[in-house]
Amino acid sequence: MVTEAILSALSNVLTFQHIQYLMIGVVTGLIVGVLPGLGGIVGMSLLLPFVYGMEPTLALAMLIGILPVLSTSDTFASILMGIPGSSASQATILDGFPLAKKGQAARALSAAFSASFIGGLFGAVVLTVCVLVARPLILSFGAAELFMLTMFGLSMVGTLAGNSLSKGIAACAAGLALGAVGAAPATGEYRMEFGTLYLMNGLPLVIVGLALFAIPEIGDLLRRNSAIAQEGSPIGAGWKQGLKDTWVYRWLTLRLAALGAVLGMIPGLGGSVVDWIAYGHVVQTSRDKSQFGKGDIRGVIAVESTTASKDGGGLVPTLLFGIPGSGSMAIFLAGMVLIGLQPGPSMVSTNLDVTYTIVWSLALANVLGTALCILLAPAIAKITIVRYPLVAPFMILVITFAAFQPNRSLYDLVALVVLGIVGILLRRFGWPRPAFLIGFVLATQSERYLYQALQFSGWNSFQRPIVLIIAAIIILSIGFSMYSQRKSGTKIEVEGKSAATATTAMWPQVAFTLAIMGLFVFTFVETINLSQLGRIFPVSIALVGMVAAALVLWPQIRGNRASGAVFDAESKEPAESEGPMTPLKYIGWLVGFVASIAVVGYFLAVIGFFVAFLRIIAKAGWLQTLLLTLLGAIILMILTSALNLILPEGLLQQYFYDRLPWPLVS
Amino acid sequence: MQATLRRLKGAVAAAFVAASLTAAAPAAAQEVDFSGQTVEWWIPFSEGGGSDVWARFFAPYLSRHLPGNPNVIIRNVPGGGSITGTNEFAARARPNGLQLLGTSGSTQFPFLLGDSRVRYDYADFQPVLVSPTGGVVYIPASAGVADASELGELGETELVYASQGATSLDLVPMLAFEVLGLNVRHVFGMTGRGDGRLAFERGEATIDYQTSSAYLTNVVPLVEAGTAVPLFSYGVLDAEGNLQRDPSFPEIPHFIEAYEMMHGEKPSGVAFEAYMSFFGSGFAAQKPAMLPKDTPENIVQAYRDAFAAAAKDPELIASAGEVLGDYEQAVGDGVVPLYKVATTIDPDAREWVRTYLNENHSVMLD
Repeated sequence: MVTEAILSALSNVLTFQHIQYLMIGVVTGLIVGVLPGLGGIVGMSLLLPFVYGMEPTLALAMLIGILPVLSTSDTFASILMGIPGSSASQATILDGFPLAKKGQAARALSAAFSASFIGGLFGAVVLTVCVLVARPLILSFGAAELFMLTMFGLSMVGTLAGNSLSKGIAACAAGLALGAVGAAPATGEYRMEFGTLYLMNGLPLVIVGLALFAIPEIGDLLRRNSAIAQEGSPIGAGWKQGLKDTWVYRWLTLRLAALGAVLGMIPGLGGSVVDWIAYGHVVQTSRDKSQFGKGDIRGVIAVESTTASKDGGGLVPTLLFGIPGSGSMAIFLAGMVLIGLQPGPSMVSTNLDVTYTIVWSLALANVLGTALCILLAPAIAKITIVRYPLVAPFMILVITFAAFQPNRSLYDLVALVVLGIVGILLRRFGWPRPAFLIGFVLATQSERYLYQALQFSGWNSFQRPIVLIIAAIIILSIGFSMYSQRKSGTKIEVEGKSAATATTAMWPQVAFTLAIMGLFVFTFVETINLSQLGRIFPVSIALVGMVAAALVLWPQIRGNRASGAVFDAESKEPAESEGPMTPLKYIGWLVGFVASIAVVGYFLAVIGFFVAFLRIIAKAGWLQTLLLTLLGAIILMILTSALNLILPEGLLQQYFYDRLPWPLVS
Repeated sequence: MQATLRRLKGAVAAAFVAASLTAAAPAAAQEVDFSGQTVEWWIPFSEGGGSDVWARFFAPYLSRHLPGNPNVIIRNVPGGGSITGTNEFAARARPNGLQLLGTSGSTQFPFLLGDSRVRYDYADFQPVLVSPTGGVVYIPASAGVADASELGELGETELVYASQGATSLDLVPMLAFEVLGLNVRHVFGMTGRGDGRLAFERGEATIDYQTSSAYLTNVVPLVEAGTAVPLFSYGVLDAEGNLQRDPSFPEIPHFIEAYEMMHGEKPSGVAFEAYMSFFGSGFAAQKPAMLPKDTPENIVQAYRDAFAAAAKDPELIASAGEVLGDYEQAVGDGVVPLYKVATTIDPDAREWVRTYLNENHSVMLD
């Protein structure tokens, strides 16, 4: 019966009409993936309005078509610009962007595409088999097991902490504290939300990710005031080299594809930490760690293979139990319901042919998506030879647009800028941002699953075999990492190298450490009066964070410049090529942009920002300025009307709501 | 200032409409024409949620049956557990029939509980459609209970329920268990009913409910395999407001029948009243579609007629299965009583629930 279903599904998929609809999904996914910060949720939302009334298998093809190409095409932004293409590809930046800066973007891209291709196909194979047998596996992951998986994720902080373990732990604790904002999972009490509706569900991940990685990177590129690619050729040669790299590390690629499929299959962990687990894993298991963070191709291959295969794995619980593993899967499920399919056990009995139509569509979309990415790569890469100040307004447009997707609110942008400033400072003072992000991503889950495990079955649940196995894996991986680190004597540098700090003043970093300390004190004071279940998690984090921050502070105060805790990127030799954009000015522009949104609304503010920025910073002529502004406005109008959005509004809209035309008011 | 002005304008418009209605009532109803216009259906949840699917399902039929066949689009305004978007709609939607709001139990509950962040009043809105839904409560076969009449044999045995939160839709089963007198521990923090079902299948949770379509696809196989036993359905309300068996599960007793099977008498008291209010708001009249305050009568009537025609549309009936279930949609003039059930609560019952939540789950609603 199974082979029959597989074959009949294949003949379904290989029709012109099916491929046509699949291509609609693939192209949507490609566009959404290339634009930084936008991910599967936006892609699925774009297509959902068309689903109702469509032929079921065609609708499925269209929605499925988005998935594989997303995890391939979001690589562009990560590698070429150092901006997370989506929440799932943040770890690609760590090695991909340094490679691009070295003029090896082509190598990094081709390695990423090929690894992603293999990972995607592997995921489809896993889905084919596991959808039939994975039910017991998924049911064996209860709250305690999921909690241990979050611990596994957090243990990666040890690997990604860079030069100073206490800094890594403090950064992770700060992320956990930020993640604790909003309703407590155990009691529903609100924590640190300042009485606002905005913060009651916590801060959205996409904002934190963009604030930590995109905002600082754009500022840094503006400062250098040149194109991203420093050598002549946009992406350099090396397409073959990248394929060779994936071939050389083929076992690594497959191993991580398997890891991705398994992590994707377990509902509840969420896709956005998988890339960090993959990155941590490849660093831990590599003997020579000296190049990680500076452009080690293994870092790119590992992450891309894992994130591509997790989609196939993630469809297993979605189809078997109707449980969405991520935001985009939730919309996919809605699409299934709209065409009259309720996922559940029937997906492996009466609806088996539908399941295999999905599998084949996934595999075919993977092939098509990879081909499209390769075809478009030279054109897309040209962006790196454009003078960056001309690109920056578009980047700021796209990331602010992405940032207000979760709540469609002005506060989303305020949060983006405030956290963006934090990101700039974290980067400057060498606090590992990956550790911060891992903490943030896992904050809610780790608290929720610990609480649920204890509530469901007490401490006994931590004696279950899978819990013990994961515990052993955690201990082994940390041990192995420490052993190989001691042997080779190298540490990974996720925040670049700090040059001689002898000449710079110490007070800025002391002040920043004190501010982080202040955050922990605040967390402690804010949450200590809640009920036992609501406070235990944030209070513990605050205490751990305070100790770690104190350990960072001590050498900084003593002025021990040899310590790993002392770091100030500003102490690098002032670059001779430095442009007109100092960090302070950059922050001023961002704040000014958001402030102008609060006055005239998003659309007019974007126009004003484009004109001012292109004239003053990019020193563009009027014609160029107007053309680029027009282009920005058109992109914005297309996205707004396609998604049927309300753009963040300001005072103008508040007072003249009835008298303004679209898109000033919507 | 702006708001007062708009209110004034609304009042003038209403007075004008009232005047014109008395003059030529039948003619006015025909004047409504949305040709070439776009109706925005606001959903205060993000894409892919239950309410989003519900609105997307109805949208094409609404378009087909409204005068002038306007384009109907769904506008998602998520955030703040659906309070934000509803607040915004209440503050600024224009009473011209081009903006429509669809909410759910999780928007009604904070309103009924008197949450201070709520800035909308359901009494202001004009209901044009109310969609009911249902669900079935079940327990593992290993509990040794064959049906609701044997529930008393559980005694003080503690059952575990995997809940999405004390003030979420899972407030309804919480109150149901309280009224029945079951000893249930609520484990919070689930992200959907699917999570709860998974916890049940893993054996972590020992009592659960699923909404109708999820029950049919995912729990019925467990019942057939002999691992789960249905206890009761929430039931549906008829036109007189009496509880009836759920049309999807005619063989399963509804809540009041289950209570009688267990206790030998009808339920009564303030806890039961509170349960019935939240059951009404969360299930029997879960999803209302409403026009803003001060919408002229002829527009309201046009919408009520359109939904009434949509509900009879053979195409809609043929494809309603997964989205609407077997439930009869409240349309036309039938919306008013059901809407009242969804959006009103006796003050004593409200106070009782607030105290109950505060004492048992330290929920503060100021």
